[in-house]
Amino acid sequence: MSLKGRDIVAITDLDINEIEIILKEAERMVPAARGEVKNDLLSGKILASLFFEASTRTRLSFETAMHRLGGDVITIAGQEGSSLIKGETLADTIRMAEGYSDIIAIRHPKEGAARLSATFSRIPVINGGDGAGQHPTQTLLDLFTIQQNHGDISKLHVTIGGDLKYGRTTHSLSLALGRMGARMTFVAPKRIQMVDHILDDLNRMDASFEMAYDIKDTIEDTDVLYMTRIQKERFPDVEEYMKVAGGFRITAEMLEPAKKNMIVMHPLPRVDEIHFSVDDTPHAKYFQQAFNGVPVRMALLHLLLEE
Amino acid sequence: MKDVRITPIKNGTVIDHIKPGMALKILPLLNIDQDYNTGLSIAMYVQSKKHKLKDVVKIEDKELHHREVNRLAVITPNASISIIRDFKVVDKFKIELPKVIEGIVRCENINCITNGKEPVVSKLVRAQEDPVKFKCYYCGRIQNDLEKRII
Repeated sequence: MSLKGRDIVAITDLDINEIEIILKEAERMVPAARGEVKNDLLSGKILASLFFEASTRTRLSFETAMHRLGGDVITIAGQEGSSLIKGETLADTIRMAEGYSDIIAIRHPKEGAARLSATFSRIPVINGGDGAGQHPTQTLLDLFTIQQNHGDISKLHVTIGGDLKYGRTTHSLSLALGRMGARMTFVAPKRIQMVDHILDDLNRMDASFEMAYDIKDTIEDTDVLYMTRIQKERFPDVEEYMKVAGGFRITAEMLEPAKKNMIVMHPLPRVDEIHFSVDDTPHAKYFQQAFNGVPVRMALLHLLLEE
Repeated sequence: MKDVRITPIKNGTVIDHIKPGMALKILPLLNIDQDYNTGLSIAMYVQSKKHKLKDVVKIEDKELHHREVNRLAVITPNASISIIRDFKVVDKFKIELPKVIEGIVRCENINCITNGKEPVVSKLVRAQEDPVKFKCYYCGRIQNDLEKRII
């Protein structure tokens, strides 16, 4: 099975076998991602890194990934650096960029921008996040981090907490975990619990999940605690936000009843969801998770471009 | 005596059981506009046995094909089509929702790239059966109330 030439717009574009292939390839890429060995698999290839919206981890790790593979990078960072601000359509920008490069990574504030880019581009397009839509490479690196720490994902209980209504990360992650057979618990305040269309999809695939409203209720029994940021602007007033957000702040003390090998993950940036005291516990894996953006994106770039 | 509001046609297409009030909305989808110069009869809010009220459209000298009329399903999923030749019904079929609806309905997500100035037409693909639901091919959003967003 080859992924050569494919577009990766949504995690659902990939079947379970293809996800496994990418994760295996990512494992192979770790030494080169760390800079321990030199690698020139993509020497002579160019990545167009088109980031029309602010991004720290995603853009830097895409670009690092390409450099670590011996390839080159051309970049647009922010709309002001591009012709979009002059009124150029994204379709035209893409048709221009495909002439300058071999593969495109794109982030854009509009949902559907990556699919549109893939429609117009003859070279592979990887979605680096489109508005509140899809962010498949985040899901891949999340799965990679889980697998690195626990092995077989199908035997795990994953608790996903925080903003499950608006958080695109949690949507694609739960769809992937559901397909891979993991058991899930969604912990969130009612106002921002998991959205119906994702629950419908999970039901259709016979995924095992339940809802909870307090992290303390699930912490003893969980293998992965995946936290996301709760945004103030989702609440009618600051008081209500403070009340809710307080219950979703993880501290080292709260993790005492957890299994020894339970891991805490977060797509970052974090605000108050994970107290600094957690950083020094063996549970904290969010920086490893952020690093994993590099080997996973190296794996994708290589698989989509391999000769 | 039967109350005949619009007379039978000799040749053409009868679209029956149209959702009441929707007759005028389906005409543009069939490319019937002010330049259309063959006979056209429209009856709105008439009594029917099956449905309480319905609209009926009769188009003379034009036989519509399945593909053409399936576009109407967005507005009136239960309508039926009769093809008439020499006052006789030679073919009768129900409208069927297509697998893909292109360029007919705007995506409901205002932040979807297709609602901007990009050179693409909207594209909704069937995402679920029973009840049938469509999602935007581009942004993935599940769509509700399609008839409210006809382009």
